[in-house]
Amino acid sequence: MSTHPLSRRRVLVSVAAASISALSVPVRAQSQWDVLRELFFENRPVADGTGVIELEAPARAHDAALVEVAVRALLPQTPERYVRAVHLLIDRNPAPRAAVFRFSPRTGSASIATRIRVNEYTPVRAVAELDDGTLFTVERFVKASGGCSAPASKDKEVAYARIGKMKLVQPEKLTFGAPNELRLLISHPQYSGMQIDQLTRNWIPADHLETIRITWNDEPVLEIEADISLSEDPMIAFHLVPEGPGTLRVEASDIKGRRFVQTWQLGAGA
Amino acid sequence: MRSAGVRRREVLLGSVALAAPRPSGAEPLPLLAIAPGLFVHAGVHEDFAPSNRGGIANLAVLLGEEAVAVVDAGGSPAQARDLLAAIRARTDRPIRHLILTHHHPDHVMGAGVFRAVGARIWGHARLEAALRDRFAVYRAAMERLLGPAIAGAEAVPIEETVAIGKPRRIDLGGRPLELVAWPTAHTDCDLTVFDLGTDTLLAGDLLFSRRMPVIDGSLPGWLAVMDELARIPAARVVPGHGPVSAPWPEALGPQRRYLEELAAAVRRAIRAGRSLPALLADPPPAGDWLLSEDNHPRNITAAYKELEWE
Repeated sequence: MSTHPLSRRRVLVSVAAASISALSVPVRAQSQWDVLRELFFENRPVADGTGVIELEAPARAHDAALVEVAVRALLPQTPERYVRAVHLLIDRNPAPRAAVFRFSPRTGSASIATRIRVNEYTPVRAVAELDDGTLFTVERFVKASGGCSAPASKDKEVAYARIGKMKLVQPEKLTFGAPNELRLLISHPQYSGMQIDQLTRNWIPADHLETIRITWNDEPVLEIEADISLSEDPMIAFHLVPEGPGTLRVEASDIKGRRFVQTWQLGAGA
Repeated sequence: MRSAGVRRREVLLGSVALAAPRPSGAEPLPLLAIAPGLFVHAGVHEDFAPSNRGGIANLAVLLGEEAVAVVDAGGSPAQARDLLAAIRARTDRPIRHLILTHHHPDHVMGAGVFRAVGARIWGHARLEAALRDRFAVYRAAMERLLGPAIAGAEAVPIEETVAIGKPRRIDLGGRPLELVAWPTAHTDCDLTVFDLGTDTLLAGDLLFSRRMPVIDGSLPGWLAVMDELARIPAARVVPGHGPVSAPWPEALGPQRRYLEELAAAVRRAIRAGRSLPALLADPPPAGDWLLSEDNHPRNITAAYKELEWE
């Protein structure tokens, strides 16, 4: 487990921040985002992302275990300049990095949507990483609490009976040469490790998707690193620019080593 | 039972003759007699707040010749103590049964008060698991929302369970009650009580009236259960939230319309590829539901999540 070195680094960061603030006026408390920036981006500069990406998130969530958020990329994906990754962070969640979405210039658009758990009032942020490694962030404050420890909505038997089942919501007719939005659902209980079993009263061990790889005619479209802050039955909305009919393939794996694969033939009737 | 006039007079006289000293500090909750020996306390149509002590649900008291049954324990021990005082102001017959209609905090947080005076606790066969799973979370939330009223709230064991398809009876002495457990609807552990002598259905939260229903189980499941409920030959119903008594089965109408329209709207949106946030931005439905500002978006989220897998 890497928690020890991480928390140690966190302490060191706070000490450094404290000594700086002692010398400089005005005093600025170290924010959770400062900690995350060090943890996930090695303290590389992260610029204000206004004009690069937008984040849509509700100011107040009606179900803390299912908060749908959307990241819109304002740059077109071109081979010369494209969004390489979008990191979705929930600053104050126990596992702050909900997911990393990795794109290729062929993805068409780096706009995505997904559903997250929110454990307490927190900034939710998207960090866009361009192909040259520069980083941009935007954030929204979301009021919700208890999303990570909320009881699972289905009993375990039912949840595991449906595990790995996928559903693809696609436009009635695929448009060739332009971005099409596809919505992928993957049934998975996404146990956070913070929920209690109804019958045994024990903690349910964490069990969640780890990677999701989406390809179009064997070319990568999107690769996702997932964590417990993605809601039960994860939903991923993404874009595809098909030049003609083809095969969409989704391969997902979870931390218990299960592997789920499904393919769809798209655009044949177009 | 059509000797209502006689019965009612007996009960009223009884309340004078049998009045017992009330527990110290408790202020008897107002109770309305809606049928002979059947009293209901009206919950307020508010969110949980220190001022209402969690008292947002309707609570019922049934008096038999030998014993008393209480249906739902209230939202806090403080409210339950006042309900107990109101019962004791009317009768000193033993409170033998506490029937919990489901696991939500406004119905169960006062349960320990009735267990302490000897009531056996009844519930759906799935109630104990539902409570075990959520009680700590509910209690923490109620401490934050209600303050001191929640002090002493404890999880109670469910001593008598009712399984789906196997109704059970309780006799309070000349007053038989039928308890029915339902498949997943409002929650996954909904229970109703039918007071056979007065043809009164105590519906728990399977029926909301005026206050917008909340889906914490299954939307199609709830609609299916409502079809079954409508066949119960009751004269009146006590909704879990709403007026203390309403005509049956007409009282089902507004809730059925709301839930059917919600299911239709969510299915339409899913078919059209509209996202959940897009649907949440739609104007709320017509109708004079109370607390729709919070409850409607919550219901859309629950319905969308369930129906997108159809």
